[in-house]
Amino acid sequence: MKKLHVSMATKRAVNGYLFILPWFVGFALFYIRSLYMTVQFSLNELTVLPAGGYELDFVGLGNYITAFTGHGTFKQTLVTSLSNMIIDVPLIIFFSLFVAMLLNRKMKCRGLVRAIFFLPVLMNSEAIAGTLDYAAQMMAGGLSGTSAEMAEAASSGAAVNMQYFIALFGEIALPTSVLDYVVGAVSRISDIIQASGVQIVLFIAALQSITPSMYEVAKIEGATGYETFWKVTFPMVMPHIITNTIYTIVDAFSQSEVVNLAYTTAFTESNYGLSSAFSVISSVITCAILALVVYFISKRTFYYN
Amino acid sequence: MKAMEKWRAFRNSPRYEDRKGAVVKKSKNLLMTLLQIILIVGIAYVILSPVIGIVSQSFFSDADSANPMVFTIPMQPTMERYEGAWTELNYLSTMGSTLLYTVLNTLFQVLICSMVGYGFARFEFPLKKLLFACVVVMIVIPSHTIMLPLYMTFRSMELMRSTMPMYILSIFGVGLRSGLYVYIFNQFFRGLPKEIEEAAFVDGAGTWYTYFRIMLINAMPAVITVTVFSLVWQYNDMFYAKLFQIPNSSLLARQLSTLQSNIGANLKIMNVRIQKLYVNAGVVLTMLPILIIYLVLQRRFVEGVERSGIVG
Repeated sequence: MKKLHVSMATKRAVNGYLFILPWFVGFALFYIRSLYMTVQFSLNELTVLPAGGYELDFVGLGNYITAFTGHGTFKQTLVTSLSNMIIDVPLIIFFSLFVAMLLNRKMKCRGLVRAIFFLPVLMNSEAIAGTLDYAAQMMAGGLSGTSAEMAEAASSGAAVNMQYFIALFGEIALPTSVLDYVVGAVSRISDIIQASGVQIVLFIAALQSITPSMYEVAKIEGATGYETFWKVTFPMVMPHIITNTIYTIVDAFSQSEVVNLAYTTAFTESNYGLSSAFSVISSVITCAILALVVYFISKRTFYYN
Repeated sequence: MKAMEKWRAFRNSPRYEDRKGAVVKKSKNLLMTLLQIILIVGIAYVILSPVIGIVSQSFFSDADSANPMVFTIPMQPTMERYEGAWTELNYLSTMGSTLLYTVLNTLFQVLICSMVGYGFARFEFPLKKLLFACVVVMIVIPSHTIMLPLYMTFRSMELMRSTMPMYILSIFGVGLRSGLYVYIFNQFFRGLPKEIEEAAFVDGAGTWYTYFRIMLINAMPAVITVTVFSLVWQYNDMFYAKLFQIPNSSLLARQLSTLQSNIGANLKIMNVRIQKLYVNAGVVLTMLPILIIYLVLQRRFVEGVERSGIVG
């Protein structure tokens, strides 16, 4: 009997498909289908049947119109979430790059310090944060969130007199927008530190991957530390800045208020169609931001290989 | 006078410049190190201070919490908070099932995502570019976009209120941040020399044998990185836990969110100030397992990230 002739390349291709098969099935079954269903839900009025299924009632763009004109808080929440994201992301990126460079120098108990800087990732649990928030609210007297926030603001105001510094910098005629940004950055320094654990780890790895000979050359040519940073370190970590920015934006989005709103709209108000519309709108905006950011950064990126 | 002359001679000798340069350099280094220490200690304080607050308050007794003189260090430390939180969280059994859930999911994730990453890294097949673009789409599009359809799908399969949906998603490589893990493995495998596989092939090893017995072992740094990330994120995840309505009794994070009301109802403690002390003890108990796991894996982890392909 003649053996069926299969070329090596075909065999390899079949094996390749076999390797990615589990993911492909899951992707088709749970991801593509779900994306399609989300769009479909957002164009319909959805009623959950007690037996287990659901019923769709086509309303066209009705949910989108409601989201932008009828709903009380959606627009506001969306704008707040997006502006928080736009303020936080560059700060997180630069802060984590800075810290990574700090931690990359030789020093004693580097392991311990790195463990401390990874701690926020370990503790970044919605459960822990939520429970502590709830306890703080109860302490501040009942379930009104604003009072807890005010108590917090009052206590933090006692440490640093913000008003004084704002007046100080106002007098040297800094543009108000710059001043606002700096004040905003300072007041959320704790949040930024908490949010940059993974980014620091990634940047440390990036810094370690730069070949030491580059620094040797820079040193022999007589470059100062400042020049070495801008001419060697920064270009070399640029590709990783893209990775980190994508990660940070997606992470910031997944913890934003919009997501919360979509969740409560679906599961406490049972307005599934509207919730899907929220999801679609915010995802489209996030993807647009991601595309823009990646486009602008990669235009300035130098790829070593 | 003699000393003066000696100094003049030294001042004019070339050795002086050398010494001066060395001293300036040394003091510059010292200053940099000092600055570094100050910054690191400052940032570490910002990170640690809430943790220290939680840990110290979990030992406060009733008297300590009412006493405004007590700051951080309790005067009459008590284990009462831990005893209360321990029973209300049903700690041992909840932690057991939480660890089982986390570890199983991590195993599936590492196995499947490494396979997929390897498939993309080493094989040529039609539509490869397009399929890999789908992996990137999975990273970029937040999982919240698809929460409702997932809910509806698993509801119609009658798998709600169990841990099954999460296992299914992990096995099919679309679990919590699977896209990122596939990407990490893909980058890492691409960086490994092709000669390893060629040698294995010449020696007569099949594709699957090569993968499981040779490549996966060589990919240890990436495996460790993904394991740590997956363990930590799975352990802390509330989004999927809430979406699939995983019962409180099988997840520590879920149990924690009802701890305060349980303390109020079961231990008859109505003072919110005292309730918060129990909550702090509960938070410490919740954090402890993942912290220990991280510390065990830590040394290999940091090295692992440095060599795993995330950055390549």
